[in-house]
Amino acid sequence: MVSERVILLGVNHKTTPVEVREKMALTDGYEESLQRLGRIEGCKEYYLLSTCNRVELLLVAEPTAELEEEIVRFLFGDRIPKEKCSEYLYMYYDDEAVLHMFMVAASLDSMIVGEAQILGQLKEAYRFATAQKCTGSLLNKLLHKSFSVAKRVRCETGIGSSAVSISYAAVQLAKKIFGSIAGKKVMLVGAGEMAELAAEHLLGQGVEEVVVVNRTLSKAVDLAKRFDGTAASLDELHLQLERVDIIISSTGAKGFILTKEEVRPIMRARRNSPLFFIDIAVPRDLDPVLSDLENVYLYDIDDLQHIVEKNKSERDKEAVKAKRIVEEESLKFSKWREGMAMTPTIMSLRRKADRIAKDEFAKTAKRLNGLSAKEQKMVEKMGQAICSKLIHDPLQYLKSESCSHGNKEQKIEFMRSVFGLDQEKDE
Amino acid sequence: MIQEVGIVLFFMVLAVSFLSCSAYVVFFITQKKQIRQYARYILMGSGILQTLYILSRAIASGHTPITSQHEAVVFFAWSLTWSYLSFRWRYTVKNFGTFVSILLFLLLIVASQVSREMTPLVPALQSNWLPIHAGSSIIAYGFLALAFCGGIMYLLQEWELKSKRFGYFFERLPSLDALDQLNSHCLSAGFVFLTIGIVTGSIWAHQAWGAFWQWDPKETWSLITWFIYLVQLHQRFTVGWRGKRAAVMAIIGFCAVIFTLWGVTYLLGGLHSYGK
Repeated sequence: MVSERVILLGVNHKTTPVEVREKMALTDGYEESLQRLGRIEGCKEYYLLSTCNRVELLLVAEPTAELEEEIVRFLFGDRIPKEKCSEYLYMYYDDEAVLHMFMVAASLDSMIVGEAQILGQLKEAYRFATAQKCTGSLLNKLLHKSFSVAKRVRCETGIGSSAVSISYAAVQLAKKIFGSIAGKKVMLVGAGEMAELAAEHLLGQGVEEVVVVNRTLSKAVDLAKRFDGTAASLDELHLQLERVDIIISSTGAKGFILTKEEVRPIMRARRNSPLFFIDIAVPRDLDPVLSDLENVYLYDIDDLQHIVEKNKSERDKEAVKAKRIVEEESLKFSKWREGMAMTPTIMSLRRKADRIAKDEFAKTAKRLNGLSAKEQKMVEKMGQAICSKLIHDPLQYLKSESCSHGNKEQKIEFMRSVFGLDQEKDE
Repeated sequence: MIQEVGIVLFFMVLAVSFLSCSAYVVFFITQKKQIRQYARYILMGSGILQTLYILSRAIASGHTPITSQHEAVVFFAWSLTWSYLSFRWRYTVKNFGTFVSILLFLLLIVASQVSREMTPLVPALQSNWLPIHAGSSIIAYGFLALAFCGGIMYLLQEWELKSKRFGYFFERLPSLDALDQLNSHCLSAGFVFLTIGIVTGSIWAHQAWGAFWQWDPKETWSLITWFIYLVQLHQRFTVGWRGKRAAVMAIIGFCAVIFTLWGVTYLLGGLHSYGK
């Protein structure tokens, strides 16, 4: 019987602290590492994935003790003491390995569940592996399947759609107000890590222009340079408000920097085109009553946090759905593999039946005189029909789900010995 | 013969519109794109059936079937369906179809409740102006009804945003900007047709009765409706009325439309109340 198995082993952010992971990160790139991996005896197919959160190896091999030891050494190198390795390492075989692979691809095993980056990293690693012809039919199938599982999860669940950071939440809100962020203008009032992050995120969504306002103009100029935008002083705030659409405020001011009465005439000047305020500062910069004005939308840090929390719980719900899909697909995959294991047996049984029919007909045909060509064909057909009818039920039994003889492997072995399929090869 | 066909067609219209309405509601709840596809095809089917039904009545009665209450409402539904489909062809507004198909089904329910009898045309109505005047008025109603649906959606979405609830409708409704644009497009189109309807009506009145304007209740209410929309469009183009105010105005305007269509006929009577 085939004793090759799919083996998956590696470390990820859950099992291994970053200090260890960074020592393991394969510094010499995929090409080198794959070559080294190929030199290990017994690896029939292999695939390597290395990201900042995980290093994983996927192999098709006969799992002997020597092989496993060598693989572990490959993974950890000499930098980490041996006894420590088993603490960090996880190792899965066959169905479990497949399941884990699908979980990773569907971004269910990621640090931020649902992030889309991992699929790209998987594909890139796969490109390297195929370029060096490291993967064979089984891993090719497995990896392609994991890509399509990831796609299915993305399509059928909302796992990737929720915003789980403050800046994502701000973008989500902006999209519900403006439709598209492309072509909008953003004003940054004050500075701060979170405000800059939000501005960066908005820029990534196609914002046209960034205006930076600060009490000290030099600071504004510096920051504006980073965003390729323009700087303005705090005195220009009202003037700038007439032309921008999104305002991210995070000054260290003690009181409100804008009041309702100040914004009302600005709205008139803007011909009521919507203004979207994000107040990240604590204490708050913007008077909450601003939001009473028509076409003014104001959210403070708590509101954004609220969206994030809500999205997180939404994502957890979606993750349950996604897990179900992944399990379903990995079950399908293991069925497929079992089918593959079965196929050679089915084929050789068919071949044997065919050969018997052919041989017997050839023997008889010599002695059949006076039969027309048509009649000869009929006799030949009859022989074939008897043989195929005879093996019909055994074949059905092989293909069927019933496992009265223990597992599938036993079933195959049993059939092979009953029909003498293994002796044939020796003959 | 053609009348029986007409009856069968009307019930088919009702059934198919109900189907498309339910499909749209299911889509609204589940957000499965496949269902929206079906809903759209069913709605298109309903639009075609409505056209056939109107044609069958036109053949049976020998004039434009827009003179009884039933006919006017069916024509209204027809214009709503096709203005939506034509609109849909150019812009996509998320989940708009759900709201439109519900309104469409309600209109058809109303149509099924009033008498479907065909009355011969009174001499005053026998004119080529009939299809132009009544037709363009009711096409205007179609677009104004779209603006009404958009207005309701706007208020719902703006409420979600302002109250910071981000609940059920927040995900499902389109952006405020998309809804505001919808409002502006539909009102512009609707207003043009409404104007054509009123002007042609006035010319026709001059030919039929010798006076351009008689302050008959329907005329008065049409004018009121027209002014409501005029003010809104004027304000949008001059001082930039938009968003909530525009949405509220679209809803008020549509109420005036509905009153002009039914309220006047039942409550106030007058020259236009032929189908009573």
